[in-house]
Amino acid sequence: MIIDADVVTLSRLQFALTALYHFLFVPLTLGLVWMLAIMESVYVMTGREVWKRMTQFWGVLFGINFAMGVATGVTMEFQFGMNWAYYAHYVGDVFGTPLAIEGLMAFFLEGTLVGLFFMGWKRISRVKHLLVTWFLALATSLSALWILIANGWMQNPVGSAFNAETMRMEVTSFSEVMFNPVAQAKFVHTVSAGYVMGAMFVLSISAWYLLRGRNVDFAKRSMTVAASFGLAAALSVVVLGDESGYAVSENQKMKMAAIEAMWETEPAPASFTVFGIPDVQNRTTHYALRLPWVMGLIGTRSIDKPIPGITNLIEETKGKIDNGIQAYDAMLVLRADKNNAQAKAILAAHDKDLGYALLLKHFIDDPRQATPADIQKAADSTIPNVPVLFWAFRVMVACGFYFIALFAYSFWLASKRKLDDKRWYLKLALWSLPLPWVAAELGWIVAEYGRQPWAIEGILPTALGVSSVTAGQVWTSLGGFVLFYTALAVIDATLMVKFARKGPDGLGLWPTTDSPSLAAAKA
Amino acid sequence: MFDYDTLRVIWWALLGILLIGFAVMDGFDFGIAALLRVLGRNDEERLVLLETIEPTWEGNQVWFILGGGAAFAAWPMLYAVSFSGMYLAICLVLIAFILRPVGFNFRGKIHDQRWRNLWDWVLVASGVVVMLISGVAFGNLFLGVPFQFDGDLRMSWHGGFFDLLHPFALAAGLVSLSMLLAHGACWAAMKADETIAVRAAIFARWFTLIYVVVYVLAGIWLAYGIPGYAIVGPTVTGGVSNPLFKDVARGSSWFASYLQYPWFWAAPVLALLGAVGVQLTVGKRGLGGFLSSSLMVVGTILSAGFALFPFLLPSSLDPRSSLTVWDASSSRSTLGLMLGATAIFMPLIILYTSWVYRVLRGRVTLEHVRDSSHTY
Repeated sequence: MIIDADVVTLSRLQFALTALYHFLFVPLTLGLVWMLAIMESVYVMTGREVWKRMTQFWGVLFGINFAMGVATGVTMEFQFGMNWAYYAHYVGDVFGTPLAIEGLMAFFLEGTLVGLFFMGWKRISRVKHLLVTWFLALATSLSALWILIANGWMQNPVGSAFNAETMRMEVTSFSEVMFNPVAQAKFVHTVSAGYVMGAMFVLSISAWYLLRGRNVDFAKRSMTVAASFGLAAALSVVVLGDESGYAVSENQKMKMAAIEAMWETEPAPASFTVFGIPDVQNRTTHYALRLPWVMGLIGTRSIDKPIPGITNLIEETKGKIDNGIQAYDAMLVLRADKNNAQAKAILAAHDKDLGYALLLKHFIDDPRQATPADIQKAADSTIPNVPVLFWAFRVMVACGFYFIALFAYSFWLASKRKLDDKRWYLKLALWSLPLPWVAAELGWIVAEYGRQPWAIEGILPTALGVSSVTAGQVWTSLGGFVLFYTALAVIDATLMVKFARKGPDGLGLWPTTDSPSLAAAKA
Repeated sequence: MFDYDTLRVIWWALLGILLIGFAVMDGFDFGIAALLRVLGRNDEERLVLLETIEPTWEGNQVWFILGGGAAFAAWPMLYAVSFSGMYLAICLVLIAFILRPVGFNFRGKIHDQRWRNLWDWVLVASGVVVMLISGVAFGNLFLGVPFQFDGDLRMSWHGGFFDLLHPFALAAGLVSLSMLLAHGACWAAMKADETIAVRAAIFARWFTLIYVVVYVLAGIWLAYGIPGYAIVGPTVTGGVSNPLFKDVARGSSWFASYLQYPWFWAAPVLALLGAVGVQLTVGKRGLGGFLSSSLMVVGTILSAGFALFPFLLPSSLDPRSSLTVWDASSSRSTLGLMLGATAIFMPLIILYTSWVYRVLRGRVTLEHVRDSSHTY
């Protein structure tokens, strides 16, 4: 079966676009919902009306974003079957389970409760409503957990083995899949990034009210919550991002080397390249500014373990391809003669490297016929796009450190009750609004673009995962997505701006005339 | 704990339950959306109709999402072949699923009649598209679809969107459309303001009548006009999940399983009893009509699933490639594990869903819509 290269490119483009688009809304949902839970808790504990109104106002913006998250999430669930049918067959036994459990455990709860969050203010008691909000928050984070368990397995496919009779990967230990260290690190890193986004959203819009002198008490309270929640989240995202880096270095050495543009293995402890211009052609990095020791410490948590460079990794890969070809040959022998003991033994010894033989299918039909030149080409194809990863990673990390600084300063201002003193600070807070999105999207690029050419690291090349659809069909769907997604983006942004501009005062949520706590809130 | 073949039957049943859950719970949401401009004569009435489903459609939709996830995990080949094979049809359904949430949420956000009309029609279209295409897709299962596997179990599909529009498949689409329109109308008769409810009850009767006619005709067509599929030779029920290890012949009857297990007849009888129930009770505008239409939906889906058993997706191009309950499932450990997860979470889901519906019980009146300020 010849795989159409256009279908591969288009399917990848479509997946990347729809995933990046979905990821504009999900982290905000993840973060904002906890802010709502915190605000409503304060309301229930103190009985002060302003906290209820804060929950309701930020809830309106949450609702607009939530709808977009749900709508674009359906695409993700469909697309594995539509565009990645062979992937779905090859790994569904392992990868499908966390997705299904996500639905059972988290998304059902989330979808059922979200309506009550909006419509339940008058129908259920205060405490019950608070419980709804808390469970909603819990469900969104649980949802992220199971999705990242699935994603973590793509990066580090533990707890599974190849079955030649069914031609697919099957689960051998689900607890290994569940407690995959990569998945755990990714989960905390990703939800923390969402919490930062939620905090920044509230901080920036509140800063805008303060700049305009509108909703002052309302905005200051919101900023205080955002500052404390944001500081904790920003610290967590950077510290646990480091944990994520450590996990990557253990099992995705090539991704790590590409992020660092580390062409040759450095003597331990390796240095960290702060700045440089990666040169793919000559396999070198120009104008490199290096911090000694730092990379070795982050990547290996030691001073004596080396971090392998790209050139060495390619040599290793060639050996894996050789093993993979033996496994592939044994697999075909077994297909004709399923009791061939010799083939069984060879397959058992080398099935971990079978995926490396499949890499060859990109260049030739039958991996068994590979020449040394083909093997070299296949090995070279395992280098991801170095300049993109190098820069995406550095900008993301810079954003992370900036968030810590901004939220720390906000926290200090909030505790001194000086949030509205400095206009430059308010402007800075307002204009920082896009940065969490920049960081989150770049993070996705580092993680997923950096995984290429693999769909499942070392197991299934992305190109082999596609469906047997035609390029014309994918062009049609891609065109449809671009059209509808652009229209929805415009509508979503318009509504967000409209309701943020209206503000709690414009929506009649604050100040309330019937509220006895108004005086207290103003004081 | 369970044998491989038992687990497969359980997961076949669970797939059916998820499909039924989706059709019963989300089916009326689609019905309401499609009938929005017919049942609701003005903006206020349409607000009433939307408010009857607004707090719950999101949870209801998860039946579908979960169905997709469960198919991916328990029947990966079924998920892969059907979603990629019927590519453009699935695309249409997907677009409907994308536009629906934003339609529900964004429609009320701007007080402008053109804006609201636009979203009304988007909702109508999304409802019709999903109800119709689900039925057409199901109809195609009986006709067999043109796919085959190679030795690597890579699937290829030889046909396009218009090949799905066989007259029998269109009839199946009509069954699904009229059934869910009736179901939606029964919901409106129970939940919406009396003025709308009276209208909805009339629509429910008519749609049920159309449904009965098309359903019975489609059944007769299936019995006499559509050849069935059967596994040739001894059926290996607990074997390896590889469709190519068996042989399949076309030419038997889709009603063969009904002859083998006569209790299967309970399903179509249930569907028709439900239809009679709608005629008798929907005029009272209470729970009776809605329960009857739910019964109708349950019976219809069961009757189709029973006829197909043990097939999930027959192949017209290469019958051997057909997916059956015995050779298209996940591994035994995955089925077992997922069953455990379902046993824990499904009761919880039913519990909190019931609680939410209890909180939201009662009719949505025109006064209520006039009183509440609609910011969301």
